[in-house]
Amino acid sequence: MLRDEDRIFTNLYGWHDWGLEGARKRGDWSTTKQILSRSPEDIVEDVKASGLRGRGGAGFPTGVKWSFMPKEVKDKPHYLVVNADESEPGTCKDREIIRNDPHKLIEGCLIGGYAMRAKAAFIYIRGEFYNEAMRLQAAIDQAYEAGLIGKNACGTGYDFDVILHRGAGAYICGEETALLESLEGKKGQPRLKPPFPAGVGLYGCPTTVNNVESVAVVPEILRRGASWFADLGTPKNSGTKLFCISGHVENPCNVEEEMGIPLKELLEKHCGGVIGGWDNLLAVIPGGSSVPMMPKSVCDDVIMDFDTLRGVGSGLGTAAVIVMNKQTDIVRAIARLSYFYKHESCGQCTPCREGTGWMYRVMDRLVRGEAEVEEIDALYEVTKQVEGHTICALGDAAAWPIQGLLRHFRPEVERRIAARKAGQPIMEAAE
Amino acid sequence: MSGIDIAENQPESFAFTPENEAKAEAIISKYPEGRQASAVMPLLDLAQRQHDNWIPLAAIDVISEKLKMPKMRVLEVATFYTMFNLKPVGKYFLQACTTTPCWLRGSDQVMKCIKDKLGLENHQTSEDGMFTLLEVECLGACANAPILQVNDDFYEDADYESTAKLLDALKKGEVPAPGSLSGRNVSEPEAGAQTLLSYKDNGAARTYDPKISAGETGEK
Repeated sequence: MLRDEDRIFTNLYGWHDWGLEGARKRGDWSTTKQILSRSPEDIVEDVKASGLRGRGGAGFPTGVKWSFMPKEVKDKPHYLVVNADESEPGTCKDREIIRNDPHKLIEGCLIGGYAMRAKAAFIYIRGEFYNEAMRLQAAIDQAYEAGLIGKNACGTGYDFDVILHRGAGAYICGEETALLESLEGKKGQPRLKPPFPAGVGLYGCPTTVNNVESVAVVPEILRRGASWFADLGTPKNSGTKLFCISGHVENPCNVEEEMGIPLKELLEKHCGGVIGGWDNLLAVIPGGSSVPMMPKSVCDDVIMDFDTLRGVGSGLGTAAVIVMNKQTDIVRAIARLSYFYKHESCGQCTPCREGTGWMYRVMDRLVRGEAEVEEIDALYEVTKQVEGHTICALGDAAAWPIQGLLRHFRPEVERRIAARKAGQPIMEAAE
Repeated sequence: MSGIDIAENQPESFAFTPENEAKAEAIISKYPEGRQASAVMPLLDLAQRQHDNWIPLAAIDVISEKLKMPKMRVLEVATFYTMFNLKPVGKYFLQACTTTPCWLRGSDQVMKCIKDKLGLENHQTSEDGMFTLLEVECLGACANAPILQVNDDFYEDADYESTAKLLDALKKGEVPAPGSLSGRNVSEPEAGAQTLLSYKDNGAARTYDPKISAGETGEK
């Protein structure tokens, strides 16, 4: 198990003061001036060397992303935009950072912003996190008052603003270009790429969009050195990670662990195990609802990092682990996700707008076995028609859970159809 | 997305209160010059808070003038995002999450309780105007599932009994403290955290070597 000394989010459970005084005691803001005495290039190189990969789902190296920004500020200002739209089903980690350790995020904004020569950071927080937004704004106000951000931030001569912007209920705004559209006061519909935000982002200016966790871990990495972070985890999957565990475990929770922790250890050590015991496990969605599920046989010895999970046909995503035991109606569980994507499709691309509704309607019938066996193949075919044919990844995200279901639980889907035809009950007396 | 569901009975006019007028100006000033359209969502939210939790069309007009945006652009935003209500909702706006992580932990029981206690189905408002029920998508607090949001507050770890208790309190006009209904602390494991225990009593105090921060030495 990761040592407490190596944990970054030392106030994850809110045991201590979230405010500036408590944060300073925990070491936040303690050597910011020294960090900002370095050149932006130097900081970007260190973040690259740490091996930090984006914590918002895609796992793209953060330092490399930062290096895409123009090396000097020309006629347009640069912006850092923080994605705090946390809406991927299963994911609930950024909420804890925001309400219990908000100064880590604000300091990360300043340092990341400096490294990209940004004028300001906009933090886009999902609208439902009202109390969390109030907390974060209070922390931002504290930082301004103490001179840590704003004009002459930390006494370095560098001016940097942090602006909090609340969303209003749209999953799609977690997609970076939809988020930028929304921040500009429009419907949150993703933009075509290229141009990429590093060239043409917020208000047409060079912009980098980073997840809350990616930004909030940067100060600690720079304080302890890139090699400290790089030595944790597995090769190319370094550092620590907040895992959000929900569903059928005894104790659902958020916990910071080392990248590459075995799934079984994660669930048994921190969550009291699967309800009904490990052998009662049916499947796990390891990275938020958009990644395909893994059946128990894979869960038995899989480790939790980007490359390993991709290798078994799934993904680490946001490290939101959704656990389902053998009492789960697995077809309904996935059908509910299909409904989610249908509800959240922004309607811009035809394959997604029409496809998500079509896929949900078929999934809904499959729950009750009201279908022909051939429709399973048709459904799979449609998921392949949606996947990769849309501007953003929502289409893929709607397709993958269904593909995962059909890959691992097709016999169950067929059994329901046969049972219905034979006039037998679809489910046993389970709930 | 949310679909268009606009109230038939609309007030003739809308104006921000002097206090909210000042707030609106402060919000607009947060964004770069010429980018005041960025304030459209915060201003819609402000109007909604002022006007019993729903936005009348007259407020769309006021905001469009204020931000020099075409009315249609403001209405487009107001109808795209699910949190903007364009028709009246109850005093207590119940938003029950039923997405898979909440469903796995028993959101069906929360919905059933709301039906049993208040007679409400999805999208319905009680006759006395006290409660509106809306089934919503993932609220982003899945380790504390199921979640029932009431106005701005999350009530977490809900089950049939605790939902019933919460609704009884709301009926009496009492608003219980938000958070876990089972009494656990944030998203800490119910049985107690296995991590960070060595920091529990010292405020998680930490100090760092300024030389590493300054990049003078690469090692810890």
